[in-house]
Amino acid sequence: MASHAHDDHEPTTTGPKVLATSTVSPKVRTIAVVRPSEQQVSYLAATKAGLGITLKHFAKNLFGRRRTVDQLNKGEHPVPTTAFQKALSVVSPVNDIETIQYPEEKAVYPERFRGLHRLMQRDDGQVRCVACMCCPTVCPAHCITIIPEQSDDNGIEKRPAVFEIDELRCVVCGLCVEACPCDAIRMDSSTHAKPVEERADAVMTKEKLIAVSKENGKNPTSIATQGGVGPNWRERG
Amino acid sequence: MDWLSNNIYAILDNPALKWLLLIMVMVMPLASLLTWAERRQSAMMQDRLGPNRANIGPIKLKGILHFVADAVKMISKEDFIPGSVHRGLFALAPILAIAPVLIAFAIIPFGPTIYPHSYTSTLDVLGLATDPAAKPFADSIRLQVASFDYGLLFYFAVLSIANYGGVVAGWASYNKWALLGGLRSSSQMMSYEVAMGLSLMGCFLLVGSLEPGFIVANGASSQMSGANPLNWLWLWQFPALILFMTAAIAETKRAPFDIPEGEPEIIGYFVEYSGMRWGLFFLAEFIEIVFISAVIATVFFGGWQVPFLDADGFRVGGYVTEINHQWVSTGGWVLKLPHAAVTALQLGAFGLKVILLAWFQLMIRWTLPRFRADQLMNLGWKVLLPCALGWTMLTALFKLCAIYLGWL
Repeated sequence: MASHAHDDHEPTTTGPKVLATSTVSPKVRTIAVVRPSEQQVSYLAATKAGLGITLKHFAKNLFGRRRTVDQLNKGEHPVPTTAFQKALSVVSPVNDIETIQYPEEKAVYPERFRGLHRLMQRDDGQVRCVACMCCPTVCPAHCITIIPEQSDDNGIEKRPAVFEIDELRCVVCGLCVEACPCDAIRMDSSTHAKPVEERADAVMTKEKLIAVSKENGKNPTSIATQGGVGPNWRERG
Repeated sequence: MDWLSNNIYAILDNPALKWLLLIMVMVMPLASLLTWAERRQSAMMQDRLGPNRANIGPIKLKGILHFVADAVKMISKEDFIPGSVHRGLFALAPILAIAPVLIAFAIIPFGPTIYPHSYTSTLDVLGLATDPAAKPFADSIRLQVASFDYGLLFYFAVLSIANYGGVVAGWASYNKWALLGGLRSSSQMMSYEVAMGLSLMGCFLLVGSLEPGFIVANGASSQMSGANPLNWLWLWQFPALILFMTAAIAETKRAPFDIPEGEPEIIGYFVEYSGMRWGLFFLAEFIEIVFISAVIATVFFGGWQVPFLDADGFRVGGYVTEINHQWVSTGGWVLKLPHAAVTALQLGAFGLKVILLAWFQLMIRWTLPRFRADQLMNLGWKVLLPCALGWTMLTALFKLCAIYLGWL
C-alpha cells in the first residue's frame, strides 16, 4: 500500500499550518489562520487587477480581427503557421468575439436540428402522406389538421385534401416525424419558421409544406421504398 | 453690417454665446455619443459586438447613429404621467438634474485666450506681458465662460443642487420605491460631496488659487512652464487625483456607485418617468461624465495645455521669468508656431483629454460590481474623508516647508 501517494492520513502540503493536534482526536487541531493581506482586500488593488482584465479584452477585441463565419461555426481559433500570419497575429490578434451577425451571416445548424416541417414527395411528385392521422393524433399541441380524401391513384388508398400545420402552436417536439409510418413529414429543413405579420400566414398549407424542400435545397423524395418492398425487393437494388 | 463687423469681437466674447457654443459643440455631442460608446465599449470588454446596425441607407459608421435613433425614440415616446404624482415637482425634477451640470461648465477653461489680431503671427509673449493694451493684443477672447476667483467652489455649490433632482423625483412620483431611491441618492451624494470637495483642497493649497484658468495656466509651481507635464498636478497630487476621481464617479451615480438607480434590480428614483423626461435624467449622467472628465483634465492634467507647447511654440529647456506679476516662458530651443496653430492644438488637446478620461470612466463602470449600501457609506466616510483630510494636511505641511526653505 506504500505506493498510494495520497493516503487519507497523510498530511497535505497545501492545507493550513497545524500548530498543535489534540491527543483525543487527530481531527481536533490548532491551525494558524492566514488572513488576507491589506493589499489583497483593498479596493484599489482589486480595481487595478479588474481593469487589467477588462482592458486586455477591450484592446484585443477592438484592434483584433474577427474570426470568419466558418471558423465561428466550427468553434475554431486559427493558429498562425506562416511567418506572415505570425507577424499579423502580433499586430492584430484574432479576437474573442463570438457574435454571428444574422441575417448577413448565418450559423450552421446541427445535422439533427428540428426545424421547419416539410412534406415529402413520391418519385412521381405525389405527396407521400397517406392521411393515416398518426401525426395529428400524437401532436401534443394539436397543431396539425388533416382532412383525408380518396386518392386518384389506384395503388394508394388515401391522401390529404388538406394538410395544415399551425407553426404558432407547434412546440417543435418532433413527435410527428417519429409517428409518421411512411417518412412523409420531416423536420430536417435546417431552417426555422419564418416571421409573419398575420396569424393566418403562420399556418403552413400542404403546398407551402411541399415547397419547403425546394426552398432549402433539400431532396423532396425519400430513400424509403415506395409502396412497400413487395416480392421483387431483390430486383430494386 | 458695419455695426456687426465693428463689434464682432465683443459679440464673440459674450459669455452666453461662449457657453452655448461649448454646450452645443462639445458637451452635448460628446454626451450623446457616450450613450452609444458605452454600450459599444462594454460589448468589446465582454467579447460582444454591441449596437452596430443603426444606419441611414448605406451609411453605417459602426452604429454611431444609434444615438440619433435613441433620441428620436425617446422624444416620440408617450410622455406618461401617473395619476397621483405632484405634477409640478414631477416636471421640475429632470430639469433640476440636468441644469446644474450644464451651468457648472461655465467655469471650465476649454482653451487659451485668443488674440484675434495676431492669429497669423507668432504671439509676442514678452510684449503681451509688458504692454497688454497694445494693438495686437486688443479684443482678446477668453475661452472660458466665467472666470471667478472662487472658481471650483462654484462647481461644488452648483452641483449640490443636482442632488435635488433625485430627491424631488422620488418625492413627486408618489411611489415608495422611488422615494427610497431618492433618499439613497441624497445620502450618497451628500456623503461623497464632502470627500470630493476636501480632496481638491490640497490642489488649491499648492497652486494658491481656486480659479481653474489659473491652475491650467500655471500648473503646480510658477517656477516651471505650465505646459510642462511634470508641472501638472497629477504628479504632485496623485492621491488627490484618486480620491477625487472616486468621489466624482460616486457623484455621477453610476456603477460601482449606482445604488440610487440600480437599473434592473433595486428600483430607482426615476421609476415613474418615461420618454424624454427619463431621457433627461439619463443624459444628465452622461453630461456629468463629460463634466468630471473636464474637471479632472483641468485640475490634474493641465487642461488645454499641450506638453511643451507654450503660447509662442514648442519649447525645450526654457525658463520662467516674472514680468508685471505674470510668469512668461522664455529662452531654450523654440519651434515657433503661429498663434492660430497653437490655439487649435490646445483646443484639440483639451478635447482629447476629456475623451480619454471619459473612456476611463466607462472602463471603471464596466469593470467593478456595485457596492453594498454599508460599504458605500464606509468608503465615503471612513476612507475617502480621512484620506482627503490627511492629504490636505500633508500638502499644507509640504507647502510650509517649501516656503520656509525658499523653494517657492
